Formats: sequence, structure tokens, C-alpha cells
Amino acid sequence: MNKLIKWGLPVVGLGVLAAGWWLGLAWAPPDREMGDVQRIMYVHVPLQWMAMLAMFLNFVAAVTYLVRSTASWKLDSTAEAAAEVGLVLGALGMVTGAIWGRPTWGVYWSWDPRLTSEAIMLVTYTGYLVLRRFVEDPDKRATWSAVVAILGAINLPIVWFSVRWWRSLHQVQSSPKTVDPQMVLCLRVSAIGLLLLTIAMLIHRYRIAMAERQAEVALPEALPGHGPAASVRDTPKVA
Amino acid sequence: MTPVARNRLFALGALLVAGAGLGFVAFGNIGENLVYYWSPSEMLAQGEKAYSATIRLGGVVQPGSIQWNAEHTTLHFRVANDANEGTASVLVRSTETPPQMFRDKIGVVVEGTYDASGVFSSNRLMVNHSNEYRAPKEGEDPNKWRETLSEGTTTASTGTGAEAR
Repeated sequence: MNKLIKWGLPVVGLGVLAAGWWLGLAWAPPDREMGDVQRIMYVHVPLQWMAMLAMFLNFVAAVTYLVRSTASWKLDSTAEAAAEVGLVLGALGMVTGAIWGRPTWGVYWSWDPRLTSEAIMLVTYTGYLVLRRFVEDPDKRATWSAVVAILGAINLPIVWFSVRWWRSLHQVQSSPKTVDPQMVLCLRVSAIGLLLLTIAMLIHRYRIAMAERQAEVALPEALPGHGPAASVRDTPKVA
Repeated sequence: MTPVARNRLFALGALLVAGAGLGFVAFGNIGENLVYYWSPSEMLAQGEKAYSATIRLGGVVQPGSIQWNAEHTTLHFRVANDANEGTASVLVRSTETPPQMFRDKIGVVVEGTYDASGVFSSNRLMVNHSNEYRAPKEGEDPNKWRETLSEGTTTASTGTGAEAR
């Protein structure tokens, strides 16, 4: 792989993220009601945005995999990488949200629509990854998990709109109109940094998934618990 | 059926189920059965049905209604529909330390029970923040409001019940 992508992307991403967080900690003003606690926004919000983005990528890859006329291991690997990276980001987003919730709401957790739908989302994608581990035939695994990915994706708009559709403890989305410009800038820089890091993680995880697929398709008998050659749909070689 | 056709059928089926599920959640009025909290006027409209069950009440802290009894460490305040004067409100009693942002006019959700005496006994007091984030105004110290609770508002508790005006 291109060295620039392999090393440059994570380094630049970390640098931009560090700049955004530094600006958020040292340069931006505190919130007039929350005080310094509000600064965790620059961590929590980008994490949740990127988690949603990764889950959406998982959905797109799953649909495209099923619709394409040849089995594409690239799409299957993309879906796997996106779900795993999204789950890590989403879990971190939930933890930082709970840490933010305790001093502002007074509680780490409440079963409000946003928090509940987010929890369902994390459980869904954990189940998706568990399913992938259980199915040994790469062809069946790709098909079954793509169906689960599509069903799981209905929760993504629910998570996003939950704060608008129902009463919740969580506030509705902010916009540049409701946030001071200095804070908006810090949020944007942090989000761009995390976006670059997320892309780097996705590429890395995708390459691991592709190597696994290649090993499975090329040497099915080398895998544990596998008998004769696995049935590969219509393209025996890696697409 | 060829594997390709089968997969496309899977995709179509999954998308249809997903779309139907999402449509049901978005437009199926399940919100009426999944209310996270009642506003004061909604709770008062329930009448006796609101008594004794654990419920959540949400609204705004009525300006000037906060009374902190330091001796008995009880907090009384009124939760109103909104910050305007003259809206329905309910007296809430809490023995809990309120979150740092608790103050007049802030959004709150309390969990507890309501009874015939007209007092809502809260065993969980939560503050909800708006989606606005602003820098402190000139001369304002965001840490200062922490002291506002301990000053001035320490009086004996009052006993007026619900005011559905």
C-alpha cells in the first residue's frame, strides 16, 4: 500500500485532532451555563458523527454486495471493516456521553429515546460481528450478514431523529446558529481530524479483512474446522 | 433461482422490511405510548391515574420557586410547562443534591411519585440542557452559579400543591 496513506493519513489525522482538541481546551471559551465541562463536546460529538458515517458505509456496502451480479469480497470486507470501526467509535461516543451526562444531567444514564436507540444500535452491530464469526462459509457469511446489516440500518435514522421525534433528556442537534463561532471551529477541526483517523482505521481494517477473504477462498482447507473446499458462488477467485 | 437473483431478492426483502419498520417508527404514532416524561399539565390532566405509580415529570423550573432547606436537606421547587408566567406547575420535593446546572428556568426531568397531597416526591432529579452553547457574557463567571443555591433561597418549605392555572 501507498506509504503516504499508510503512515501519512493517521499522522495527519492525529495532528489535526490534537489541534482541534487543543483549541477546544485552551482557546475556545467555556459554555456560560456548563462551564468547562462543555469542552468534552469536541470529543463526544465527532465520535458519534464518525460512528454514524461508518455504519452508513456498512449499509451501502451491504446493499451493493447483494445487488451486484458477482460476489465482491471487496464490498464484503468494506462492510466488515465499517461495522467494526463504527462499533468502536460508537461505544467510545456512548462512554464520553455518559461522562458528560453525569455533571450536566445529573445521571450517567437514563432510558430516554436517544440513549436507548443508541444502545440498540451498538447491540445490533455487535450481533452483526458475532454472526460473521459464526458463519465459516465466506459466501453465506457475506450474504447473511448483508441482510442483517440492512435490517440493522433502520436504526440509524431513528438514532439521528430520536431527539426530534420524541421527548428526550438529550437535547436536539445543535447548529452553527446555536453554537458560538469559536466552538464551531473547534468542533469542525476535531471532526476533520477524527474523519481522517477513521478513514485510516477503515483502510487498515479493510486490508486485514481482504487478506482473510483471500486465505479463505484460496485455501479453504487451511482454516480450522473446514472440510473440503468451500463452495464459492460464481467466482472462485477473489473479485 | 440463480444465486444472484436470490441475493437480489434478499436485498429487496431486507430493504422492504427495514423501510416498513422505519416507517412504522416514524409515522406510526408509537410516540404516544413511549413518552419519556409528562409535562405538568399532562400529568395533572391524568387525575388520580397519576397517583402512586413511578412516573417522570418534565418541564422548566419556575423562576423564584427554588427553596432549599439546609437543616433537613430538602429541596422544593415548582416544575412548570414553560418559563412563561401562569402556566401549569407542580410542586416537587427532592432530598437529592441537584446537578450543578440546576437553577431557575432550566429544563428538568424528575422521576418519582405524585399523590393526592399535590406534591411530587422526586427520587431522581435530572437537568436537561438546550442545544445552545455560548461563551460567558462580559463579567460572567460560569462557575459562579454554583453558589446561588446556598445563598438566599434557604427557607422553610412551603406546602402548596398543584397549581393548574
